[in-house]
Amino acid sequence: MSWSDMQPLLWQATLETVQMVGWSALFTVLIGLPIGLLLVLTDRGGLLANTPANKALGTVVNVGRSLPFIILLIAITPFTRGIVGTTIGVDAAIVPLAVGAVPFFARLVETAVREVDRGLIEASAAMGASHLTTVRKVLLPESLPALVSGLTTTVIALVGYSAMAGAIGGGGLGDLAIRYGYQRFENGLMIATVVLLIVLVQIVQWLGDFAAKRLAHR
Amino acid sequence: MIEIKNLTKVYPARDRPVTALDGVDLSVAAGEVYGVVGQSGAGKSTLIRCVNLLERPTSGTVTVAGRELTALSGRQLRAERRRIGMVFQHFNLLSSRTARENVELPLEIEGRLTRRERRAKADELLDVVGLADRAGAHPAQLSGGQKQRVGIARALAAEPHVLLSDEATSALDPETTRSVLKLLKEVNERLGVTVLLITHEMEVVKAVCDSAALMREGRIAESGTIAELLTREHSELARELFQLGPAPEASGQPDTTVLDVTFHGDSTAQPLVSQLARTYSVDVTILGAAIETVNGQTVGRMRIGLPGRFEENVVPIGFLRERGLNVEVVAADVAAGGTGHSLEEVAS
Repeated sequence: MSWSDMQPLLWQATLETVQMVGWSALFTVLIGLPIGLLLVLTDRGGLLANTPANKALGTVVNVGRSLPFIILLIAITPFTRGIVGTTIGVDAAIVPLAVGAVPFFARLVETAVREVDRGLIEASAAMGASHLTTVRKVLLPESLPALVSGLTTTVIALVGYSAMAGAIGGGGLGDLAIRYGYQRFENGLMIATVVLLIVLVQIVQWLGDFAAKRLAHR
Repeated sequence: MIEIKNLTKVYPARDRPVTALDGVDLSVAAGEVYGVVGQSGAGKSTLIRCVNLLERPTSGTVTVAGRELTALSGRQLRAERRRIGMVFQHFNLLSSRTARENVELPLEIEGRLTRRERRAKADELLDVVGLADRAGAHPAQLSGGQKQRVGIARALAAEPHVLLSDEATSALDPETTRSVLKLLKEVNERLGVTVLLITHEMEVVKAVCDSAALMREGRIAESGTIAELLTREHSELARELFQLGPAPEASGQPDTTVLDVTFHGDSTAQPLVSQLARTYSVDVTILGAAIETVNGQTVGRMRIGLPGRFEENVVPIGFLRERGLNVEVVAADVAAGGTGHSLEEVAS
């Protein structure tokens, strides 16, 4: 296979990977951030301390965390069909990717938010802030650098997961490497996808580190 | 301005509940600086955190500026808290915000001013605390004293009528402590803000307080204005405020009555030792003396020895008391008892 044959394949696959990772990362933040926050807020001594709710939420998150992604991908196909109407393709891959990454990200959010000094929460309450205001003005801004680092880790994990999405026709670089590189012994293409994946992960890490550094004022 | 009535706080614990506050009554007048002193574990931190209900008391009432906080709903309480500023030992500034943005935070929470007005107000307050040139700095770039100044500016932003100070100077070095205390006093005098502070340092009370209370084991052991405390006999606070060292062993000085004489205000000027010596022809020995300024008032304390047993010195002691001096008998020989210990009961 010549370079001119590979180029459109690689370009197409890179786009698919970016698409899958990008959309699933967005949904992961939208769903995982509130869950991570609730894990902290409902914990003992938290603003919304509620032990049963905390235990229940923690269990759900742990169940999600303990499922291997390849199993999750297949296990939730009815759910995927219910949301996007199909179980194959890039759109269908976004659902299991987000479902797999939400519990992972939620735990990272929990750790980040828990790091915020209790004194700041107290100061906020003393200023007459409501719980919502405390979350918005204190907890989130103060944990932002750690949240960005957590998001970086999550996005890189999603790049890895997305390789498995090829199993349901999700496409992307991982799928390309398996179909051409592994099954058809196209070593050139295999190396090219690996290099592209490394570059992609490096770019994400570098952007994430840069953003986290700019946001931290310690 | 602050009325605390029969406040109790019990922390439930599995084996034995801990009583942090045990029926505390406290009254802070408008415009004064009130200091609560006590050792760690005495309950003073719980007390100040009960004033703005960061800590819910088990029973009792807290009334600030005429509003009974303990009877308010969540929303009403939040509104009242905006009028009570608080300064913390560890500053509790947001590291993600600049000094100016930290001062703006209570104004954002209040939501009354526009962005431009908030900024102007924050700059004005930073100027009051002497940090106008550091408005754009993040807390990590500020020294401890500067952080606490930002903390004070933040506490004043919403124009509170009360300022609570929770060991505000305990994390600072002595010199910075003095300058921060001076700032608190200025704030109190210039803006008329009532200040309730808790501290374990007597120096803080000596420097800024108009009134003080001593806390021990969850109770107020003693309280009053500084002037009252200094004239009160056997006041522990006054003695702590004004230390002359431990009471001497009576047995070491046979036939001597040792007195601690406290004088304040006008009586400072009176030549009491020479008067005493002339009037009663006694040889007064000065064992120790100190003159200090307590909250702007000159106060002196002198430890003197009079020859003879306590009974022989009843008349000179009466003379001193007549002059408006606070006299405490630290040590004396008693003719009958002979135990020779501190004779405060006999003297009073």
